Amino acid sequence: MTLINETPGTPDIPLAETAIALPPHDAFDDAADDHDGPSTSVWRAAVKRLLRDRVGMVSMLVVAIYLLLVLASFTGLIASDWQVERGVSYASPTFLGTVENLEAGVATLDPSAKSNVPPVDISDVDPLAPMYKEWADRAARIQIGSIQRTDTLPFGADKWGRDVLKKAIKGAQVSIFVGLVAALVATTIGTLLGATAGYFRGWIDDALEWFYSIFTSIPYILLILAFAAVFRANALLSHAGVLTIIAVLGFTGWTGIYRLVRAEYIKHRAREYVRAAEAIGASNISRMFVHILPNASHVILVQLSLLVVSFIKAEVILSFLGLGVPVDMVSWGTMLAEAQSELVIGKWWQLVAAGAGMAVLVTAFALFTDSLRDALDPKLGL
Amino acid sequence: MLAYLIRRIWQIIPTLFGVILLVFFLFKAVGGDPAEQLAGLISSPEQIASIRRELGLDLPVWQQLWIFVTQVATFNFGNSWATNESVAHIFATRLPATLTIMVPVLILETSLGVIFALAVAAVRGSLTDRIIMIACTVAVSISFLVYIIVFQWLFAFRLGWFPVQGWSDSTLTNLVQYAPLPVMLAVFVSVAPQLRLYRSFLLEEVGQDYVRTARAKGVSERVVMLKHVLRNAMIPILTNIAIQVPTLFVGSFLLEVFFSVPGLGREIIVAVNRSDFPVIKAATVYLAMMTMLINLLADVLYKVVDPRVSFK
Repeated sequence: MTLINETPGTPDIPLAETAIALPPHDAFDDAADDHDGPSTSVWRAAVKRLLRDRVGMVSMLVVAIYLLLVLASFTGLIASDWQVERGVSYASPTFLGTVENLEAGVATLDPSAKSNVPPVDISDVDPLAPMYKEWADRAARIQIGSIQRTDTLPFGADKWGRDVLKKAIKGAQVSIFVGLVAALVATTIGTLLGATAGYFRGWIDDALEWFYSIFTSIPYILLILAFAAVFRANALLSHAGVLTIIAVLGFTGWTGIYRLVRAEYIKHRAREYVRAAEAIGASNISRMFVHILPNASHVILVQLSLLVVSFIKAEVILSFLGLGVPVDMVSWGTMLAEAQSELVIGKWWQLVAAGAGMAVLVTAFALFTDSLRDALDPKLGL
Repeated sequence: MLAYLIRRIWQIIPTLFGVILLVFFLFKAVGGDPAEQLAGLISSPEQIASIRRELGLDLPVWQQLWIFVTQVATFNFGNSWATNESVAHIFATRLPATLTIMVPVLILETSLGVIFALAVAAVRGSLTDRIIMIACTVAVSISFLVYIIVFQWLFAFRLGWFPVQGWSDSTLTNLVQYAPLPVMLAVFVSVAPQLRLYRSFLLEEVGQDYVRTARAKGVSERVVMLKHVLRNAMIPILTNIAIQVPTLFVGSFLLEVFFSVPGLGREIIVAVNRSDFPVIKAATVYLAMMTMLINLLADVLYKVVDPRVSFK
């Protein structure tokens, strides 16, 4: 049940054994540069810990490869022609090319095939008869490019003969894009509300806590479905394409981050450095976002990557149910929706492409998040 | 105790009112005009106006809100827009099927999760422990959808051990014939994350001083784990179970969709697809109410499990 009704942002259990490292990151370097002197900065120490971690490095590499694929697919370098029907229906993967493909004939009926029955000459009663010659001439001037459909493709084809490998890359682009952007939206909302509540306290805190308790008292999956239902019914939002599902996930998934950021702000606002900032006349906004935020950012970063994982999973399920990405797009979820009926006739490649593509990314991302957490917050380590 | 209960129930009221406000304004402001959806594509302005009158949409907003509040209070949400079946009847007839699947799931996954976690915690730090933890991470990464598609295909379609899908009127037939495969699937999928979670709860206790004391006075490792550690780890475990109880009633909507179980989860999915607002609103408000009550119940239960807990 945990899997199905997972609440995003619920702190996951760090795997002590998988504690690893990640290479230096621009953001880390910038932060580290602010601290000159003999003491190691938090970020530099974190990078050091990450670098020592082998599993973390490997999972980071895997995630980076996925992100590069997404970027390449986004800019149209690869998989931009995923909709081209290159193969016969359900063309087999090349490595098992000899497999009998009963479905192939259905989609490749030759449109120019002639009937055996000799045509009856009705030209004397046919009112359109004089026009035929002219139409035939005009038709002859139009070039019809017929696609040479192949029997096999690198990883097979779907029902319409589209390359499953390209489809999986395009699907990865959509799924990962939705996961990343929705996680950013949720993190922004959670951070802003959490910072406001934790910094100002008083009635603002009470009001936001009330708001938070409303969202958490509704079972998460129902909250998502209720938002999905109204956004679908809204004339404007229902045509916003992939933005609809991003909004649904982003507006419902901020609660975990809110809770943690609020706690961080309550802890920090009384610290000396914040009071010192107040003494030199730093405004509330400046103290909230220039002084405290960098000190809470490790919490936010870990939560953000946890959210990405759970949102990618959620997108797949919502798209499967028809509540996710629009029908003219492909995502891992829509691929899995097709895979269900394909498996019955023995065409497993689309299921494997989407399922494995997703499993590898989610595993790598989860391991990376664990190492990130271990590196940023050594106190948490088991 | 009684004072505590009264105070907690008193705290529930503003939250419940918030849920009602959220649901009301979410559907009102974002959901579009229900009258136009109900009337369909070919409709006259008169038809739309009459539907608006029927649903009370021509009243001022605060009156509509009042209607909604009375609906929540009297448990009368009117009829489904799609089928005209009363919402109360939908809930009453769909809930048994959902519970037939979910009650065995909760019992099995909790007991298996605790047993496996105890076993893994007993060999903590060993190669077995590491391999199991990595296997859990990988198992959790595969989409629930993939598990359902493959299991349904393999065990029902290919091997024929279970019916592919279906449901009957007899609870017993359902329990022995139709429920086993979905239950097995749900348990299989949820054991990995539960094992990870419960293992961490147990390991937290293993490091405590009282465990060292118990070992020092010669208590066997078995008794240390089962009596000392497990009892103390019961509080986080109970909390986790309490969090899951409300989801019992929604059920696993994916399982219900795949296995054609006429349960509440599938009904809610269908309602979302049909924009059947009364059903979704009722489900949201009542499950929120149920969640709050179950949380209260869990807090009271802590006292039973751990006498040190005091009501503040």
